[in-house]
Amino acid sequence: MAEGTEQETDHRQGSVYRVAGALTITRAATTQREIDSLPDPLTIDLSEIERMDTVGAWLVYRTVRDRGAEVIGASRDEVSLLKQVGEFDKPTRVVPDEPHNFMAVLRELGEWVSEAGTTLVGLLGFFGATLIGFANIIRRPKRFRVNAVVQRFDVVGVRALGIIGLMSFLIGIVIAQQGAVQLAQFGAEVYTINLIGRITIRELGVLMTAIMVAGRSGSAFAAQIGTMKITEEIDAMRTIGVSPIEALVIPRMMAAVLMMPLLAFWAMLTALLGGGIFVWLDLQIPPLTYIQRLQEVTPITDLWIALIKAPVFGFIIALSGCFQGMLVQGNSEEVGSRTTTAVVQSIFLVIVLDAIFAVFFSSIGWV
Amino acid sequence: MTDPKDCQPIITVRGLRNAFGEQVIHDDLDLNVCRGEILGVVGGSGTGKSVLLRSIIGLQTPEAGEIEVFGENMIGRDEGEAKNIRRRWGILFQNGALFSTLTVAENVEVPIREYFPFIKPPLLDEIASYKIAMALLPADAGPKYPAELSGGMVKRAGIARALALDPELLFLDEPTSGLDPIAAAGFDDLIRSLQKRLGLTVFLITHDLDTLHSICDRVAVLADKKVIGIGTIPELLALDHPWIQEYFNGPRGRAAADSYEEGAQA
Repeated sequence: MAEGTEQETDHRQGSVYRVAGALTITRAATTQREIDSLPDPLTIDLSEIERMDTVGAWLVYRTVRDRGAEVIGASRDEVSLLKQVGEFDKPTRVVPDEPHNFMAVLRELGEWVSEAGTTLVGLLGFFGATLIGFANIIRRPKRFRVNAVVQRFDVVGVRALGIIGLMSFLIGIVIAQQGAVQLAQFGAEVYTINLIGRITIRELGVLMTAIMVAGRSGSAFAAQIGTMKITEEIDAMRTIGVSPIEALVIPRMMAAVLMMPLLAFWAMLTALLGGGIFVWLDLQIPPLTYIQRLQEVTPITDLWIALIKAPVFGFIIALSGCFQGMLVQGNSEEVGSRTTTAVVQSIFLVIVLDAIFAVFFSSIGWV
Repeated sequence: MTDPKDCQPIITVRGLRNAFGEQVIHDDLDLNVCRGEILGVVGGSGTGKSVLLRSIIGLQTPEAGEIEVFGENMIGRDEGEAKNIRRRWGILFQNGALFSTLTVAENVEVPIREYFPFIKPPLLDEIASYKIAMALLPADAGPKYPAELSGGMVKRAGIARALALDPELLFLDEPTSGLDPIAAAGFDDLIRSLQKRLGLTVFLITHDLDTLHSICDRVAVLADKKVIGIGTIPELLALDHPWIQEYFNGPRGRAAADSYEEGAQA
């Protein structure tokens, strides 16, 4: 009989269940329903059956097991299939037990706290390992991997110019437009330039760049190193005597630390350009006046603040990305979750540090 | 070499040609797999054993040739029709290919849920348990995730999933690779007993000479972009092809043959 075209004629006489044709997985749900609807004592008549698969056999078997039904008319093959099915009646759970009670919540909280603590200690340890790696390279400069570093410069820096430039340009326009609308209420549109100059140079240029680099390169660091952990490349490196810190972490870290100030500077320029174009077109302030005014209202210390923050942010992003990558173990799913953690962690740390920097620079008089 | 007289072909491959760019993998390859047999497929690395498997199951579209499974042409078929054919086979990939976010039991349930959404727990869970037990996995393996399993258990779980829909045809891609000899022998027994019990046809890619001797009814040898020989091992040895001679009469081949003969006598 062809698959899926069985003609079923069920005769229900009291509590005899007679199946004709095929008793297979195709109509397992219906069969189960029909059997359930019949009263005990039940007899299952298999004499007119043409084909029975393991699921069909299982249905018959469980009815016999649970309801003491009697099976009649089974051929030798069917009897042996039923017997085999019975041999493998070893119930297993489908999902692991998950207790839902107060103790479980407490335990989860405790695990979370201890994990947060371990992560922090681990990050500190990783920071130390990186410093040792740097020290080793300074002592033996021959081990410095020029090619790897230059390649990272390209990936982290040069290739990010386009997206960071575009993003900053648009942010410059948004700041100018929103500032102009608000300041117009006081007839002080000209102060839009103060707003653009100070906010992009001191804060937003470097912060947005850091967020973009974290999303673009921090995640890539975690995913690359994480994948290398899974494919045992890192283990292979160690056994050959190559330090993964020196070969993988330090080039990425150097790229992030050195590229961040340059990218942040580039972001500032394009944001100022975007803002300048807006004030020129909308407020009719000519470019020359815009530049002159920027020079007057933006102290040079704003630029120093940004350029001091940038490499620190770069360092945090690379540290967190590489650290999370190194923590990967087990399956490929973990690469994804560690990558997410790396991005979230680095953006969070960047913003926390930015707040600390803001308080610090204000208190030393760079306002 | 011809097929046995009573052969009802379940897979027919005619004039298959596969190429990646300039590199030709198969050229004018013919193969018949008979219903109810265990066919071992061997060949050196890079002779396209896995590509042949991928062509048959439709993961790779060949450049030329015809492939029929269950008498239905497989090339250029639309998804809806292909689904009905896919329901009738099970595949064990080389590395198990278990879904890593699901437990073993949930993995087994995936094909059942996909094709028979009306089957609900507890019946669904009972069927999954039964398939897991049939693959000789311990009962506590059901709620485990693939990352928690050993290599041999991953393969058994893969078999359990492949058997979920009671297939007529089972494809196995190097089922015993990466297993220790005891586990590999256990796996051979499992395949043999399942094949007998469920009347399966098995298409088995392997490098394991012990597997070839102990469970395969026929062996197909891939070389020179074709199937250069197909038949029982003595039939193959009668062919005077250097690769076949070296493969079965090399030190490893001899050892496997000897141990098999000893086992048969005892």
